[in-house]
Amino acid sequence: MAAVHSQDPGLGPQSTTSWWFRREARIAPYLYISPFFLLFLIFGVFTVGFTAWVSLHDWHIFDTAHGGGTFVGMDNYVRLMNDARFWRSATNTFSILLMATIPQMFLALVLAELLNDRRLRGPHIFRSGLLIPNITSVVAITIVFQSLFGRHYGLINVGLDFLGFEMVNWTASRLGSHFAIATMVNWQWTGYNTLIFLAAMQSIPTDLVEAARVDGAGRVKRWWKITVPLLRPTILFATVLSVIGNFQLFAQPLLFAPGVGSMGGNNQQFLTILLYLYNMAFRQFQFGYASAIAWMLVIITAAAALVVYAGVGILNRRENRAALAVQKTRRANSGQEVGA
Amino acid sequence: MTNVDAVKARSAAGPTPGRDRKAPALKPAKPKFRWANNWHYPVLAVALFVSVFPFYWMFVVGSNTNADVAQVPPRMIPGPNFVENATNAMNAVPFMRALLNTFIVAGTVTVSAVFFGTLAGFAFAKMKFRGNKALMAFVIATMMIPLQQLGLIPLYMLMDRFGWVGQLRAVIVPALVTGFAVFWMRQVIATSVHDELLEAGRVDGCATFGLFRHVVIPSVRSGAAVLGMFTFLFMWNDFLWPLVVLGGNQSNHTIQIALRNMNQTYYSDYALVLAGTFMSLVPLIIVFVIFARQMIAGVMEGAVKG
Repeated sequence: MAAVHSQDPGLGPQSTTSWWFRREARIAPYLYISPFFLLFLIFGVFTVGFTAWVSLHDWHIFDTAHGGGTFVGMDNYVRLMNDARFWRSATNTFSILLMATIPQMFLALVLAELLNDRRLRGPHIFRSGLLIPNITSVVAITIVFQSLFGRHYGLINVGLDFLGFEMVNWTASRLGSHFAIATMVNWQWTGYNTLIFLAAMQSIPTDLVEAARVDGAGRVKRWWKITVPLLRPTILFATVLSVIGNFQLFAQPLLFAPGVGSMGGNNQQFLTILLYLYNMAFRQFQFGYASAIAWMLVIITAAAALVVYAGVGILNRRENRAALAVQKTRRANSGQEVGA
Repeated sequence: MTNVDAVKARSAAGPTPGRDRKAPALKPAKPKFRWANNWHYPVLAVALFVSVFPFYWMFVVGSNTNADVAQVPPRMIPGPNFVENATNAMNAVPFMRALLNTFIVAGTVTVSAVFFGTLAGFAFAKMKFRGNKALMAFVIATMMIPLQQLGLIPLYMLMDRFGWVGQLRAVIVPALVTGFAVFWMRQVIATSVHDELLEAGRVDGCATFGLFRHVVIPSVRSGAAVLGMFTFLFMWNDFLWPLVVLGGNQSNHTIQIALRNMNQTYYSDYALVLAGTFMSLVPLIIVFVIFARQMIAGVMEGAVKG
């Protein structure tokens, strides 16, 4: 309910100032929300929109001072379609995205289930321990993991060697570097998502889970068949955020192998889309082409988010159909019973 | 499922809490610790270990010499060289200057985002105006889009036009108020500012800004503090945009850029780099230790509200 009434005749001592008093309450909200919209207009709408304009030009960084580049229509996009490096960066991004999102959501759901226990002692220690990676900067995270994934003396390779496996050259191999980068993302975000899922679990009614327990469903079954489906909206939301975030992967591939430059490894084995954009824009100063990459990134991100939504939609529909089928058979069965 | 099955399942699941409570009366000994009921402790302990280990490792490497760490098996406990390594790291790049810059950026943005976020949140939560709901939906939509990354190039051009490239204000100004701040404060104000108080203030002749100062601000302190912490941490850790716009001016580097340059130049000197990285995390860890409870509550409340 809105508390500030713009018309409250007879209230208060505002007889002389009443006109302004009422007027003010009507104008003020616009004034109060204007800083956000002003900044958003300049640094959000304008910049993203202007990216589209720049992407239609052959625009070098120096052209900015001379009124812009030469109009080339869709040339930048055509070039992008035939750019093997861009497609490599896109596949890399997808690969890391899969390795980062799926285990992360699964682990977070397991940990949230374990934390969602009133008898658990010291919940605060576990919760804060899980959240601390999330507040750490990606730069610091990448530096530490780069040491852990080191070729000869990195702890992970030493461990592999100790267990009798072969050491992995994490930065040189494509899959290996994706795994290492995905590990950093997972390390940073699993705890955060655990807390999100825990909050959602605490807000779902307990009677369903209790009923299943009475019916003899084990803990794993209760978790997978009841808790997880009930959490689906939250999982969907977390997944979409994770997908969007993973398309912005930048610091990890930039810093992961400091000896080999900023192009995501010697063979671009861990070049991501945003890192490619950064290189095009601020190392080669091809603003036009880099803007085309930016728009492709927008489109891919939006498409991926839509795919996640659609996937969940199909899942829901299938479940509804299954529930409907169950109802029908039940009705048919009860009809038979009545008939018999 | 028959009743018998249910009873079996229950007894298989172990004693119920009710029985546990009765047990001491029959048997004065402590209730037995059963791994079958407590297997989640080891799993959670492993998760906790994985979460915290990289920090420990940072300190281990940062407090030993490179030779100590580059042996097989490597030294796994802290050594005596941390001060030396940290001093080297702080001399390798303008470390203190970068810390100061980051404080200026994160501090200014935090104060401003909380102030303007509260103002806008007040309007959205408690005032009637045309387009309230639609505009709020729009604010929420903007939170999902990583505008900074997508508009990176024109943003740089804009700053170039303003003559702000290399200046801290190029990082500060675009972040002065965010959709997240508006959304967060709207939720806080909607739940913690009472309409009766606002009405009373109105009757007393307060204009809307008076209500904001005397009613809203005193009742949203804790919610605003959580937003402030999140904003501060976010700005402290921000990397891409500061790198692009401040990268060319070393005296205005933020701590993340300084770290990156350190890593770029001294990457073979793990002891130095990790000691420096550890130092850069100290302010964050202090903030976290003090405010962990509020931050956890903030993350979890945000989840339910969002």
